[in-house]
Amino acid sequence: MSQPHMDVRRIATLARLELSDEEVVSFSGQLDAILGHIEQLSSLDVTGIEPTAYTFPIDAPMRDDTPWQSLPQSALLDNAPDQAQLQVRVPKVVTDA
Amino acid sequence: MSLARQSVSALRALLVKGEIKPSDILDDLFAEVGSREKDIGAFLSLDPERIRAAADLADLSLPLGGIPIAFKDNINVLGEPCTCGSRFLAENYRSPYDAGVTRRLRDSGAVFFGRTNLDEFAMGSATENSALQKTNNPAAPGHIPGGSSGGSAAAVAASFVPAALGSDTGGSIRQPASHCGVVGMKPSYGRVSRYGLVAFASSLDQIGPLTRTVEDTALILQCIAGHDPLDSTSLPVEVPDYSVDLKKGVEGLRIGIPREYFADGLDPAVRAATEAAIRHLQEQGAEVIEITLPHTEYAVATYYIIAPAEASSNLSRFDGVRYGHRASQPADILSLYQRSREEGFGPEVKRRIILGTYVLSSGYYDAYYNKAQKVRTLIRRDFENAFTQVDAIVSPVAPSPARKMGECTNPLEDYLADVCTIPVNLAGLPAISVPLPVAGLPIGLQIITPHLQEALMLRIAHAVETR
Repeated sequence: MSQPHMDVRRIATLARLELSDEEVVSFSGQLDAILGHIEQLSSLDVTGIEPTAYTFPIDAPMRDDTPWQSLPQSALLDNAPDQAQLQVRVPKVVTDA
Repeated sequence: MSLARQSVSALRALLVKGEIKPSDILDDLFAEVGSREKDIGAFLSLDPERIRAAADLADLSLPLGGIPIAFKDNINVLGEPCTCGSRFLAENYRSPYDAGVTRRLRDSGAVFFGRTNLDEFAMGSATENSALQKTNNPAAPGHIPGGSSGGSAAAVAASFVPAALGSDTGGSIRQPASHCGVVGMKPSYGRVSRYGLVAFASSLDQIGPLTRTVEDTALILQCIAGHDPLDSTSLPVEVPDYSVDLKKGVEGLRIGIPREYFADGLDPAVRAATEAAIRHLQEQGAEVIEITLPHTEYAVATYYIIAPAEASSNLSRFDGVRYGHRASQPADILSLYQRSREEGFGPEVKRRIILGTYVLSSGYYDAYYNKAQKVRTLIRRDFENAFTQVDAIVSPVAPSPARKMGECTNPLEDYLADVCTIPVNLAGLPAISVPLPVAGLPIGLQIITPHLQEALMLRIAHAVETR
């Protein structure tokens, strides 16, 4: 069995994390060690075994489609890093042509 | 005796008789906090004026009327901070709503007493991953309090508060309870609402109490258990009376001892204390049966696929847009996400997000995530098989007592120490850590029962405690 290796920079980009070069180096070693431990599952035969997502069956109940318990706009906007005109403000998303 | 050292049930009796007022309890608690919190560091925030104002309004006719309870800082309380031990939420976040447990404790008359430290987003087992402060173990200065609910366990152990709430994803209530010498209980998955608990791993997380007595754990579970329409994973089943059978003893019960939990690496003091507790249960009339949980050795690997996978998904909401930290002057929207997350999260959170993203990524999903979910089935079946032979399972909580602060250099080392607690979360079962009588560092005994059998678990725990 070959020692697993993760391309940490690529995965971090997928996870929207801009890592420093030092973090890439330290995380690579640590994550490869963790993957090495996780690798032991490959020796286990799970043919015919159903996966468990939750330990008991969970219904997805529908509630009545009536307005209920909405939070005040101001309480939510107060937590926003930047706001204007009762909306959350973000940097320009669409660039000029 | 200072009221700070009294149990919830003793305080309730005094309050109901009119011998004390809620403010008398606060006087003694604030005296303890004032003299020792600087050495312990259990609280991330504590507002004595607000606590006093709330206590003066407490309705003493309610089941927890006038009782101060501390909250782990990942459970939302309207208007309070909820930092999750992270820089991401430490700057300006205030909860815009009450969690399900918060509402229930409000309806039970409890007084909210401070927000306790934790590993960042509950990821860790030493509270050393908190980005905001260190927490010392009141029962063993210089040692970790355990984690991730280390602030809650330390606050209860230090007599800063008679009870606290924690959350347990892989042992985060039981292990700090064991390390600090208090009672800590993880209810069955679905027993307590997770609404308003900041999600780490949604199929594993569960809120539970930390107290100084088993009776107090029963009282608080009684108030927080039950269906919540705002959490579709909370079970719409009746909540039994958790106190009525507490003192029935263990005569005739079949107690299972899983041999895999007593492996060679077990610390001699933990082994001795656990075996003494088992002998005590036997002397009280329990039948002790050796059992096997054959897939135990795969539990840590399974957990460190499933929990990070769920975390990477849950923590994608922290994007620097609607709340929490935002990087200054980002070049574009992508760099706003990437830099806000880079600056806001600590190393353990980043490691787990990356690991979770990896095991869910194209080409690896089947080999890791899907495989882990199948092994989870095998681990769950181990317990189902065991419970055809025994009524409950007892084991150590952690393979060794609390290590010294700052001694862990390799994350995998701490992960492997969760081997006795993780399988319980994967199987969705209830379990408790009860302190054992030991001369040295605190050691807890873990008691595991079938799904929704908390009453039986508490009854056995009470027999262990009253030794």
